[in-house]
Amino acid sequence: MSATRFTGTDSYVVTDDLKMAVNAALTLGRPLLIKGEPGTGKTQLAEEVAAALAAPLFTWHIKSTTRAHQGLYEYDAVSRLRDSQLGEERVHDIANYILKGKLWQAFEDDQRAVLLIDEIDKADIEFPNDLLQELDRMEFDVYETRQRISARHRPLVIITSNNEKELPDAFLRRCFFHYIQFPDRDTMQSIVDVHYPGLRKDLLGAALEVFFDLREVPGLKKKPSTSELLDWLKLLLAEDIPAEALGAKDPRTILPKLHGALLKNEQDVHLFERLIFMNRRREQS
Amino acid sequence: MFIGFFLRLKAAGVPVSLTELLALHQALDAHVAGFSIEDFYYLSRLILVKDERHYDRFDRVFAEHFEGAVGLLDELFGEIPEEWLRREAERLLSEEDKKKIESLGGWDKLMETLKKRLEEQDERHQGGNKWIGTGGTSPFGAHGYNPEGIRIGQDESRHRRAVKVWDKREFRNLDDTVELGTRNIKMALRKLRRFAREGAAEELDLDDTIYSTARNAGFLDLKMVPERHNAVKVLLFLDVGGSMDDHVRICEELFSAARGEFKHLEYFYFHNFLYEGVWRDNRRRHSERIPTMEVLHRYPADYKLIFVGDATMSPYEISVHGGSVEHWNEEPGAVWLQRMLDVYQRAIWLNPEPQARWDRVLSIRMTRELMGGRMFPMSLAGLEDGIAELKKRRA
Repeated sequence: MSATRFTGTDSYVVTDDLKMAVNAALTLGRPLLIKGEPGTGKTQLAEEVAAALAAPLFTWHIKSTTRAHQGLYEYDAVSRLRDSQLGEERVHDIANYILKGKLWQAFEDDQRAVLLIDEIDKADIEFPNDLLQELDRMEFDVYETRQRISARHRPLVIITSNNEKELPDAFLRRCFFHYIQFPDRDTMQSIVDVHYPGLRKDLLGAALEVFFDLREVPGLKKKPSTSELLDWLKLLLAEDIPAEALGAKDPRTILPKLHGALLKNEQDVHLFERLIFMNRRREQS
Repeated sequence: MFIGFFLRLKAAGVPVSLTELLALHQALDAHVAGFSIEDFYYLSRLILVKDERHYDRFDRVFAEHFEGAVGLLDELFGEIPEEWLRREAERLLSEEDKKKIESLGGWDKLMETLKKRLEEQDERHQGGNKWIGTGGTSPFGAHGYNPEGIRIGQDESRHRRAVKVWDKREFRNLDDTVELGTRNIKMALRKLRRFAREGAAEELDLDDTIYSTARNAGFLDLKMVPERHNAVKVLLFLDVGGSMDDHVRICEELFSAARGEFKHLEYFYFHNFLYEGVWRDNRRRHSERIPTMEVLHRYPADYKLIFVGDATMSPYEISVHGGSVEHWNEEPGAVWLQRMLDVYQRAIWLNPEPQARWDRVLSIRMTRELMGGRMFPMSLAGLEDGIAELKKRRA
């Protein structure tokens, strides 16, 4: 274990409350549940924490078909069946057909690991309940081999959710909860600085202005988020667009350059164009 | 320690339990937080609150409870620079609102009144009540819905350092009663899912395969099952036109979400109240009417029934034959609604009107009675309650 506290990294900006959340989860060994708008760096957090603590990272991506026990282990009955028909020798030991899941791998590691359970809300509604004991006591039983696996070092469990399903109370009670808020202007500035240190001041200022104005446009289906801003800046840099061309003075009179990186939905683009159109008409009359 | 704070949170509707309180003490014991009040705020929020919808409530209780300890609050309302007021207000007002302000005697006059009122209030609330009237009918305040209203937020204040994080109330929008967005609605509707296996067998049924193979003396015997589908069936009746024009947007959102979510969704429109005919296309509502009787006969009783309407009309439109505003109806609307409810046991009525108004409008009360109380507001919380009602097994 190299570090015991998390203070952010060179490539990831953390706010004070998020820092507190990670450190509290580390100290007390509780799972940390992270929610927030898409694109605010929820998944990234686990990677950065792992990097900062020099701990191995295990990522378990959840899909709608994922079952809780898949994170612990799987018994590969089909291969065993096939082997038995072929008369293989290894068929006699059931342990040969137990596949370790991410949780097991994290428990087994020699040092404290970081385990990311990504997008837990994608799974079945009962899914979190099936993991209660495992996350609480950090141990589980393998019935096939009558083995008990307990964590050597309690891993730091980071769970992300996009709020598609409500999580059960019993599960929530065992977690710490943090909602990553959409960054304000200053935080956004430092995030961009971290990613594009050489960015011209005027371009950044103009771009941020367009970006935050765009988020204020009422009725957008998908508001642009941090990751979209970063993509957009990358494009702007690649095209070498001058700051004046962004039309930051009044973003409603012009569709921002390369808006495809910011608006991901054709209805939003239409809405935006309509707003511009109405605005122009009003100015003329 | 913090028992008072804990109980207050509970009273304010933040679901906290003893586990969390103990965890908070454990964390303080382990010196996770430093000694600043901000640290404590972050830590307690992290441990005690489990849902961003409750952040706002937490912030309010925190501000109230630790007010004395924080001090500094007097600084909050020193003087408010005029250009800040103007900027803040301009940012929040739409063009339409601005026109309304013109009608009130212009921008400057409004600003002057506002400033005067702020000064008065400063004197009266020296003790630290931070909001310029919450709710209420005054055009100035934080939560008013007055179109002539100006919202005063504190986050743009030049006294920025004096403003505490919890006073900013950044999570106000995440509170339960938020307006619905398509995605939110979908999430709520999703709870109505009922999975069933129907159709062609395409998935490998591992358990059955193993079992059958064992019975087959070890020779592989593959078993397949159909994939799981959402099998819930929904009949949606939407009120259109007239007083519903105010709620068009939210109904559109509900409709598009429902269409995406349910495979078996049948929708019909009606005007004000249900009578002998409904229609599916608003442009041809007079030429292509579907008799309500036909709907009743066509869709079996396991369909779930959702009405969407403000139920705001003259009481005669419900209770008297010939009461409809559009045509001569032979039988009163109440009879038709009752017929529907007799066939479809599971039914709810979603009402986009604010719940506070329900008791004051006679026709809403009547409809609610007809529905047996199963009327829900069209907020996320209301929709969730409604879905729960639909899922209940009825005797």
